[in-house]
Amino acid sequence: MEYGLDLEYSFNEFLKGFGLSSEIAHIIWLPLPMLLVLVAAVVGVLVTVWLERKISAAAQQRIGPEYAGALGVLQPIADGLKLLVKEDIIPAKADGILFTAGPILVLVPVILSWLIVPFGQNLLISNVGIGIFLWIALSSIQPIGLLMSGYASNNKYSLLGGLRAAAQSISYEIPLALSVLAIVLMTNSLSTIDIVNQQSGAGILSWNIWRQPVGFIVFWICALAECERLPFDLPEAEEELVAGYQTEYAGMKFALFYLGSYINLILSALLVSILYLGGWGFPIPVELIAKFLNLPINAPLIQVFTASIGIVMTVLKAYLLVFIAILLRWTTPRVRIDQLLDLGWKFLLPISLANLLITAGLKLAFPQFFGG
Amino acid sequence: MSIAITTQFICFTVLTLVVIIGALGVVLLESIVYSAFLLGGVFMSVAGLYLLLNASFVAAAQVLVYVGAVNVLIIFAIMLVNKKEDLKPIGDIKSRRIISTSICLTLLSLLIRVDLTNVWSLSSPQNSIGEESTIRIGEHLFSDYLLPFEVASVLLLMAMIGAIVLARRDVLSKDISTGLPVDQELIEKSSEPLLTNKN
Repeated sequence: MEYGLDLEYSFNEFLKGFGLSSEIAHIIWLPLPMLLVLVAAVVGVLVTVWLERKISAAAQQRIGPEYAGALGVLQPIADGLKLLVKEDIIPAKADGILFTAGPILVLVPVILSWLIVPFGQNLLISNVGIGIFLWIALSSIQPIGLLMSGYASNNKYSLLGGLRAAAQSISYEIPLALSVLAIVLMTNSLSTIDIVNQQSGAGILSWNIWRQPVGFIVFWICALAECERLPFDLPEAEEELVAGYQTEYAGMKFALFYLGSYINLILSALLVSILYLGGWGFPIPVELIAKFLNLPINAPLIQVFTASIGIVMTVLKAYLLVFIAILLRWTTPRVRIDQLLDLGWKFLLPISLANLLITAGLKLAFPQFFGG
Repeated sequence: MSIAITTQFICFTVLTLVVIIGALGVVLLESIVYSAFLLGGVFMSVAGLYLLLNASFVAAAQVLVYVGAVNVLIIFAIMLVNKKEDLKPIGDIKSRRIISTSICLTLLSLLIRVDLTNVWSLSSPQNSIGEESTIRIGEHLFSDYLLPFEVASVLLLMAMIGAIVLARRDVLSKDISTGLPVDQELIEKSSEPLLTNKN
């Protein structure tokens, strides 16, 4: 499976053509994918915010943003600019240092996790060996930022919101990790590239969703809970806690929370599509199409074509899931905090443990279907 | 010096400084909340040091266990019982300080002695396995380190039982420390439906 575009190699060769040493070429190359992914994440947030406004409007039989650009597509940019020029307020009795560090600690791990999101065979920042485990580890840092901002605001609603957020993300981390573990068991690898390649045999039929239906549902519920999306948005429940840990925040610091939660949503959708929906794979294997058209799979044109199909498929699957998350947000009521913890500990945890056990058994019984 | 080595050196210096200064802050700062957050920073930098040593799995596990679980629980506990209480002044503070300083200095001299006598350099470069380390750790855990691994799980089970006994005080009818009968009303309220008895 070592075909596909290798942009890094071509770029380095291109720079070496100008007489640069390979080290300099590598240094020039390094920031490019990071910058690209950062821009992609921010554009993704803008699109998601617009989708959220439009879909919520449709769900409530309104029109939604309309005047800023065609169909209101420029509305999220206007929102962002408004937040950018707002006054940066730190409440008088708040703890200045922790108040500032909180939103940063919430945002940075989420952005770091984009390191492992692949858009194609070689289209990711770094194919680190620990892959998906890096994401699980990084997402466990977030509660510290939430607790920090909740505590530093010196406001009872903020503190309660921060404590709730931390409790929620700790209790949903465990079933999430266990359902990822079942996938890793089938793949024999933690790397996201290997996870996608393992699903690429027979197009849509070999996607993990058919082999891991329970894991898929558990993972999706836990991902929604980790993102604090509506059935589980207790940390910022408006009716009870004003706005939870973000109550005292304004301007750019609030924007960091906002950005963080939407980047996290897109990241979760991307990871669901990578783990369960075949990542960049087309529903019909590209090799089959190429064979049908009598084209060699390694021809440059075909490679560019497959790479663009890969990116489009990944983004399409992710946005389908984002759409479902937005629909859920505007159509379901919020659970209570005790129901939330009951669901996490008494339902999802045993189910994901059983799922892991059954996956291990199936792997031994049917090695050809469940990864030998 | 090549670029890779320079980067590694800069990272090492920064991480070491953060570990040392952060650890000093954990001990010396007055505010316990700051200490707890700094402890998280120290754990993170130790994970960074593991990364520099090519042990990425250990680094991620360090973040997951120490930052994501241990430190969050510490902060949780501090925030839930953040009682401002005046501590009683200790009588013979001077002699206590002298004793603790001497113990710390002895430990420090022992560590310096260890540092000077031990040979730290690894014999061969084949010892670095990098990305393979996850598989190696698994193999070791299920072969020669199986017993410690299982004993650790028994330890966790004991801690869990202890936590359940402490949290659900109705398991024991007497308080363990004072011997007084336990007030069970506050812990488990009778789950009487609110509306059924009204009519």
